[in-house]
Amino acid sequence: MLAYIVRRSLYAIPILIGVNLLTFWLFFVVNSPDDMARMQLGMKHVTPEAIERWKADQGYDKPLLYNAAAEGGDKFTHTIFFDKSVSLFVFDFGTADDGRDIGYDIRQRMWPSLMLAIPVFVIGLLVTITFALLMAFFRATYVDYAGVVLCVILMSISALFYIIGGQYLISKLMHLVPISGYDGGLSAFKFLILPVVIGIISGIGAGSRWYRTIFLEEVNKDYVRTARAKGLPERVVLFKHVLKNAMIPILTGVVVTIPMLFMGSLITESFFGIPGLGSYTIDAIRAQDFGIVRAMVFLGSVLYIIGLLLTDLSYTLVDPRVRLS
Amino acid sequence: MRLPVRLTVLLAAIGLGLWLVPVKMVVLWTDALVFLLVAVLTAFVIYMRGKPHLRAPWGQVIRRPLAAASLVVLCAYVVVGLLDSVHFREQLSAQAGTENNEIHYSVEVLSLLDLLATPLRTRLEKSYSAPLAAQLYSKETVTLDDGSTARIYPRLDYGGAHLDDPASQRGADIAQRSLMALLFGLLAWAALVAAWVAWLARRHGHGFRDELQVILRGEADLPWRSIFATVGALILFIACALKLGIAYHLLGTDKVGNDVLYLSLKSIRTGLVIGTLTTLIMLPFAVLLGIMAGHFRGWVDDVIQYIYTTLSSIPGVLLIAAAILSVQVYIANNPELFETVVERADLRLLFLCMILGITSWTGLCRLLRGETLKLREMDYIQAAQAFGVGHFKIITRHILPNVMHIVLIAVVLDFSALVLAEAVLSYVGVGVDPSMVSWGNMINSARLEMAREPVVWWSLIAAFCFMFLLVLAANLFSDAVRDAFDPRTGRG
Repeated sequence: MLAYIVRRSLYAIPILIGVNLLTFWLFFVVNSPDDMARMQLGMKHVTPEAIERWKADQGYDKPLLYNAAAEGGDKFTHTIFFDKSVSLFVFDFGTADDGRDIGYDIRQRMWPSLMLAIPVFVIGLLVTITFALLMAFFRATYVDYAGVVLCVILMSISALFYIIGGQYLISKLMHLVPISGYDGGLSAFKFLILPVVIGIISGIGAGSRWYRTIFLEEVNKDYVRTARAKGLPERVVLFKHVLKNAMIPILTGVVVTIPMLFMGSLITESFFGIPGLGSYTIDAIRAQDFGIVRAMVFLGSVLYIIGLLLTDLSYTLVDPRVRLS
Repeated sequence: MRLPVRLTVLLAAIGLGLWLVPVKMVVLWTDALVFLLVAVLTAFVIYMRGKPHLRAPWGQVIRRPLAAASLVVLCAYVVVGLLDSVHFREQLSAQAGTENNEIHYSVEVLSLLDLLATPLRTRLEKSYSAPLAAQLYSKETVTLDDGSTARIYPRLDYGGAHLDDPASQRGADIAQRSLMALLFGLLAWAALVAAWVAWLARRHGHGFRDELQVILRGEADLPWRSIFATVGALILFIACALKLGIAYHLLGTDKVGNDVLYLSLKSIRTGLVIGTLTTLIMLPFAVLLGIMAGHFRGWVDDVIQYIYTTLSSIPGVLLIAAAILSVQVYIANNPELFETVVERADLRLLFLCMILGITSWTGLCRLLRGETLKLREMDYIQAAQAFGVGHFKIITRHILPNVMHIVLIAVVLDFSALVLAEAVLSYVGVGVDPSMVSWGNMINSARLEMAREPVVWWSLIAAFCFMFLLVLAANLFSDAVRDAFDPRTGRG
């Protein structure tokens, strides 16, 4: 088991190197630091001195890959690539354009993101699975048909409208909760309740329909027929037999997203003014702060790879046929 | 093979017509690709006409009433999108006093849709106005005829301009116009349906009444009832848009006084381009790499798996943001490459499609790899290998046709997700160019007005309805396609 985890973790290294090279290429080779400086300083009235100053402030005044002017090992370490990309491997994210430490900001903003993402994930999963089981229970009846149509309709509504509509209806017309904002501790509840509910509702459509397909595939298998032939009630068949076996395909899709919960939700956080990592990313994109975007790309890849590893491990828990070797 | 001949004649006629009209054609990158896509689809349809086994699943799709109705809606969107994809620049009338005979063209790039919707496009108001309003949304200080000033809701320049006293006449006028539109719409619809049924009756050798009864009872080979109902709804909407849209702003106006109906129609092309071109761009990579990985295995498989794991490990929005930011810097630093604003916005749209394609091909690639791994163990492929058939031939003749259903299902399922993604990306600020009309940009600008009192709801609702209808139709249609083509779901 441990050997497997170690080996899988080693697989992550080439992938992370690939991600790093790709972002380095996008941020420094496609557009030279000079282009970025011109963009940041405004297109007109940029003097060469201003560009040089900006580059020096950002630490972009070194050569990209190979520093011929430096001595010995410094030829490779005194470069933008070493400073900005290699340092990500030790989770040293550097500083943002406004001088703040990115690593510190990420650690601070992680918690509001999790406060929002975990309830949405857990309750959302329960709600969608329940809904899908209900549709599977009433399969091939009008209840099932109406459920599927409802799912398709829910799926066809843009996430933006759930948020805008919810904010307008609940906060502006009914004044039940504040429109946006955030507070630490228990008072966070009144700020979080609406985004959580909206997050759950906007996920019901696609999720339930997918789980329903999985359940229906399972329902037609032989062991289910055997269980029914034994005289078990349909309720027991669905909840004890089908649900357990359907967990395998469900886990494939779900476990990989668990580490990604750290990243927060981009639009929900930004609409509700929750100071999490999602709104952090969006602000960075809008301000064209490449340092933060690079850090978040790297963090996202690491979390995704952890998610893949967790998925493999979770198989051994739910499916005794799977052995890790 | 009469259809290709007819198509060629049609294209030649269009070409001749455009050559005679004094305009300068502008072929944007996305236009070219859109027409390439249309050509590919046409070729595919012509190819399919003679192959009953290929037509059978499509027949199954179209026999589902919901899918048939969705197809009608999708066709309406596609027609608008295609009309909006023929771009040109109008020739400016020669200015008096200029000696040389040089021809100048307007810097404004227009499309056929713009031409058709000229009344909507050119009737600009000052600012916001509610749907069917005759007055502006907010009060302004106006100097009256007698020299005094007053805070009133000023009359619109175009909306309801034909009324003398909007307060008393507007309701009756709108009711009268809606009634007329309803009447004309129903008449047009009845005429169209009658002509269609007559044509069907002649083709089947029935009498008109027999054919009509068969259709009304739902016993015809196609779900004509739902098709006719959808067409009827569309015709009624068009009639209302014509009758009311001429005299008022049917869906109101936005901040700078643009007609919201016009903006919504213009957004259709953006949505369709993102939904289809992204797929067109990513499909060759996904299919080629996925099949290669599964077929050759070994190091080829390792390399391809590495590429797609790396790409899919980057959160999609961030990769798109990173790439779009780079493109933005490039465009800002090279303004001389673009003749008009439209061309610049178009290039950004193309890049957006490419980047969306890069982030979305990995899923399909993984599916194809798995399926190919399964297929290559099949007897017929083993036999082909034993006979010494080359890799290329095995892939194109034996594997590709047998994974096409996966490709098709992925393409139609992706479409609606991509249309929805556009809105979110535009909100984040890495979507289409801000100068380009899109539902995402409409929502984004309308969102800021939600705090106003009374609320400015119309552009938001308009964008919502147009987008919802397209995505819903696409989802319903793709459901039917999946059921018909996926061997696992069978004849569900």
